[in-house]
Amino acid sequence: MTSTRSRPRIRARDIAPYLFIAPFFVLFLVFGVFPLGFSFWLSLHQWEPAAGLAAMRWVGLDNYAFALTDPWFHRSLWNTLWFVVVSGVPQHLVALPLAYFIQSRLKRTRNLVVGAYFIPYITSSVAIALIFATLYSKDYGVINAALQAIGLQGAGQGIDWLGDAAYTKPAVAFVVFWRYLGWNVVLYLSALQVIDTDLYEAATLDGAGLWTQFWHITLPLLRPMIFFAVTLTLIGNLQLFEEPFILVDAEKGVAPSVMTSAIFMYRLAFSDGDFGTASAVSWILFLIIALLTWVNGKMFQREGDSHGAR
Amino acid sequence: MARAERMAPARLAAFALVGVGALLLVSPFYFTFVFASHTRSAIFDTPPPLWFGSAALANYGMLIERLPFWRNFGMSVYVAVMTTALNLLLCSMGGYAFAIYEFRFKKPLFAMVLASMMLPAFLNMIPSFMVMQFLGWIDQPRALYVPGAAGALGIFLMRQYIASGIPRELIDAARMDGCGEFRIFWSVVLPLAGPALGTLGLITFINSWNNFIAPLVVMRSAENYTLPLALRSMQSPNNTEWGTLMVGSAIAMLPLLVAFFFCARRLVAGLTAGAVRG
Repeated sequence: MTSTRSRPRIRARDIAPYLFIAPFFVLFLVFGVFPLGFSFWLSLHQWEPAAGLAAMRWVGLDNYAFALTDPWFHRSLWNTLWFVVVSGVPQHLVALPLAYFIQSRLKRTRNLVVGAYFIPYITSSVAIALIFATLYSKDYGVINAALQAIGLQGAGQGIDWLGDAAYTKPAVAFVVFWRYLGWNVVLYLSALQVIDTDLYEAATLDGAGLWTQFWHITLPLLRPMIFFAVTLTLIGNLQLFEEPFILVDAEKGVAPSVMTSAIFMYRLAFSDGDFGTASAVSWILFLIIALLTWVNGKMFQREGDSHGAR
Repeated sequence: MARAERMAPARLAAFALVGVGALLLVSPFYFTFVFASHTRSAIFDTPPPLWFGSAALANYGMLIERLPFWRNFGMSVYVAVMTTALNLLLCSMGGYAFAIYEFRFKKPLFAMVLASMMLPAFLNMIPSFMVMQFLGWIDQPRALYVPGAAGALGIFLMRQYIASGIPRELIDAARMDGCGEFRIFWSVVLPLAGPALGTLGLITFINSWNNFIAPLVVMRSAENYTLPLALRSMQSPNNTEWGTLMVGSAIAMLPLLVAFFFCARRLVAGLTAGAVRG
């Protein structure tokens, strides 16, 4: 075949695609792949950045062993999983019915309502944390004032939301819930929009109510999106950093009760200068994320089989 | 008709619940603006202020006294504009190549783009800090806009749009007319990719504007802080000037709130576009 041409000519359109995608891959190599490899190498060493690269000392898996037996790391893992469940699960339990309601009942006000629920998602986490820090204030905060106004709290018995260990975690979890609720609503809405309305009409003719339709038509059809959204929440919450980091000052006594694994890793590296152990922690966390994502996938798969779907 | 009337109370309750929920959700924004107009002591009055006060200017005065606020604002704008411009160019190039061309290793390369989205950001925090140190980019704005200049999500978004929204005949015709490969991209494809570019631009700008962790790790001097970092630097465990901080937060939030007001529909559609197809 090639003999029809005198010599294989390199045409511009053969090289062009490689040039077009080159920027991504160059950046990915320099700022993605190389740092990852380096991070793994680092996790096998003991190293203080101030001492220069020559001061690296090979310690094998010691950093991993140290992290895995460190009670602070255990505590941070427990905190992280707590946030995954307590701020993650309600996001979906509220977002799913809410999206269903918006999709099936709202017409003119739809964009306004979706917009209202979505705004927290596009707002700076710092601004959000700052405003909630004032709203949560013990003696003067709007939240305590509101609770007193509706009689749920006596005057002068304000809760120290961000200072009392019993309340700090839920207070932070609520901010996370508040921030990501709208995002999940939008995800579910986008899946609801593509469900064939004929299905609902047929069900209505058969006398099925709103709830029955939700349970037997909507929910099964939404399964792929639920899986996707839950996976995003899982991955996101396992890396939770900004909200607890900004809401609760590191100096405060309650800081350990909201110290997530990502914060633990950050402090190890940038406060303690222990980059080796911090890298080991980041890889352990990565493995946990991968494992939980895999388990989550298996669970959705198994459920699907038992329903006979697909 | 009878059916609708029978359901009325329950429906009313549901509407009320969703409405109240929406109000509660936006109320923190309301309080940001209200508190921005009160002094520190007024904010901590019992009961707390529910309506606008008169201390906004005084708060603003203290804000620009305590922080190089407009320089920080400018830094945020600069980083966000650079990130957005680079992403629009580089992601549409990459997306175009993956959508239209046939070339060797196309599939595995695209799989790599997708896989790179799955890598958790914190995994990269320490090593990318060290890369920045090695390059001498610590405290430089380019440390904030170069690494993410060609985001994987952007390439994916642009590929989806170009593959389904731009007729191949147009590209073939341009090639027949003797257009070079880059020229085809620049004068034929880009002008037709407007809606996708708009969505990508918005997403990129918002993410850059709100980014906290990257500047936290690499920016060192107060005058090079972006807004989130600058605002946080004013927070102290004991005597934070809340009114002043709220003025800063309000100004920092305003550009995005305005943009969102005008582009909510496109933004929401764009953010979920990948999800729907995936």
